[in-house]
Amino acid sequence: MNLAYRDIRHNLFRFVLTCLGLGLLLGVVLAMIGIYRGLIVDALTIARAPSVDLWVVEANTRGPFAEASRIPGDLREAVARIAGVSSAGSITYQTVEAEYRNAKLRLYVIGYELTRPGAPPEIWRGRPIARSHYEIVADRSTGLNLGDRIRLGRNNFTVVGLTRDQVNSGGDPAVYITLADAQRLQFDLAPPAARIAMARGTGGASRDTVNAIVARLQPNASVDVAAATIHRWKHLSAISQEAQELILTRSLVDRARRQIGLFTTLLLIVSAVIIALIIYTMTMEKLKQIATLKLIGAPDRAIIGMIVQQSLALGLIGFAIGATLIINVKDYFPRRVVLEPDNVLILGLIVFVVCLVSSGLGVRAALKVDPATALGG
Amino acid sequence: MEGEITDQPLVRIDRISKHFGEGEARVDALRDVSLDVHARQVVALLGPSGSGKTTLLNVIGCILDPSSGAMDLVGDRVIEDGRWLRSDLRRLRLEKIGFIFQFHNLIPFLDATDNVSLVLELAGSSPAEARGRASELLDYLDVGHRAGAMPAKLSGGEAQRVAIARALSNRPRIILADEPTAALDSKRAQIVMDLLRKVAAEQDAAIIAVTHDEKIFDRFDRIYHLRDGRLEA
Ligand SMILES: Nc1ncnc2c1ncn2[C@@H]1O[C@H](COP(=O)(O)OP(=O)(O)O)[C@@H](O)[C@H]1O
Ligand SMILES: [Mg+2]
Repeated sequence: MNLAYRDIRHNLFRFVLTCLGLGLLLGVVLAMIGIYRGLIVDALTIARAPSVDLWVVEANTRGPFAEASRIPGDLREAVARIAGVSSAGSITYQTVEAEYRNAKLRLYVIGYELTRPGAPPEIWRGRPIARSHYEIVADRSTGLNLGDRIRLGRNNFTVVGLTRDQVNSGGDPAVYITLADAQRLQFDLAPPAARIAMARGTGGASRDTVNAIVARLQPNASVDVAAATIHRWKHLSAISQEAQELILTRSLVDRARRQIGLFTTLLLIVSAVIIALIIYTMTMEKLKQIATLKLIGAPDRAIIGMIVQQSLALGLIGFAIGATLIINVKDYFPRRVVLEPDNVLILGLIVFVVCLVSSGLGVRAALKVDPATALGG
Repeated sequence: MEGEITDQPLVRIDRISKHFGEGEARVDALRDVSLDVHARQVVALLGPSGSGKTTLLNVIGCILDPSSGAMDLVGDRVIEDGRWLRSDLRRLRLEKIGFIFQFHNLIPFLDATDNVSLVLELAGSSPAEARGRASELLDYLDVGHRAGAMPAKLSGGEAQRVAIARALSNRPRIILADEPTAALDSKRAQIVMDLLRKVAAEQDAAIIAVTHDEKIFDRFDRIYHLRDGRLEA
């Protein structure tokens, strides 16, 4: 007969309660892992959206995300003519607060050229922007619906398409408009003095300013060669896609990433200690029964089996509860929670190992107990 | 075959001593104790608290190492010069010895039948066989009607009888009992003792019981007194 199962069945209510508690704890651990992964994925989303190979930005900056970058938009023609470059497009990025249904809505506005790189990667509902003015493609996390109208700057935009999961590294949902509309918006929202300077074309500022030019390369072209060409133009820098992603994860969200990473680690340690304690006490409570089992001649293997099976059952059921829970609620988190199967699997493995190790503690105590203690009343 | 060894004791203890601690803290719990118990004998160990009764029972039960002396169980030498000759003491207990405790010590998460059949399964019976023999034993001990009850739901007498069924399940030749009736009223105590006598007779077993219980002295074949670790008949 299976002693582990019999004991659990006898104290079923308590066991279920313990599993639930452990499940909640492991659910929180999984959520933290998901938040951590989500933060990194979110940070990369906008940089990956245009699917390009090269970012041309203002000289000596690590723009356009980590540092401000302003360059003339008409340079795209020159970039597009560089050997190896197949296409190039100007892009602007700005954060704007808009009114929607009587609430403030923070939007990350991306301006791009309809026929060039920079468009949203995938339209989930509706269609891409087709007209050169006053159409907008918004992320569904804005809460906007197809056909909605929203005022940005001095103009009203109509939502023609929706994307999914397009947010910037701060979690603000992205919206796409045409470059012309975006530049108009930049002008409308700029402080009056800057606006006057811009209108005059003085002070180095012009209406045709963008934050970056993105370029796609021909299949066999070298990123380094193209970048070297651009570096020779004194006022520009070129950043490869790979370097851009590194900038985003290593510097832009680095603190947040480390903060959450550290917290996740702490949470993991706390969970491990709690699991170990639960299993250890579970065994300690049974020491007298274990002494009796030894006295009537049960071999160590029967006793070890009981302890190990119970702790594995606890860990497994707790983990299943936690995983089910978090998979079902993760979409209700305000920011993205990304749980890849391998993250879940690794946590499962950690729980498994912790259960084994802590049942080892219990087993040690159980093997040491003197069968004579069963006699002593 | 059994007939040949009936005159040979099931338990033979030869000048067993046991002390705990050394130097000033030394306690001599047993001093040169020699004792033979034959099949179908029911003997009592008597003595004031601290006289060494439990210690002696633990040595016979193979759960305590003596300091010196020799012991034979069911014809096999198991201790020589204070050292065990066998390493599988738990197996020895499982096959040859049944324990009855003062408190029944039933496993609380197993029902009456499973408490008994567990021992049989540990000894190698199939679950079906084990359950069959367990319910036979429970019937034999008049607790068959409580076969499915958990220990917490049993009365003291019922629990003690289930515990006896467990002790008997592997047909041990040696049954050790530490104050088996201390937790029972006198009527129940008599019933339990009569039962043990019946088992000794029917299963050709030796029974050694520690007791303080004067009400049941007349149920023993011999009574040994322990005083400061020395045995007096
Ligand atoms: N594990 C032990 N360590 C030290 N002394 C012990 C131990 N077990 C028993 N003793 C001592 O041995 C003596 C006999 O104990 P015990 O056999 O339990 O007596 P009884 O069962 O007759 O009351 C007592 O003085 C007791 O204190
Ligand atoms: Mg005692």
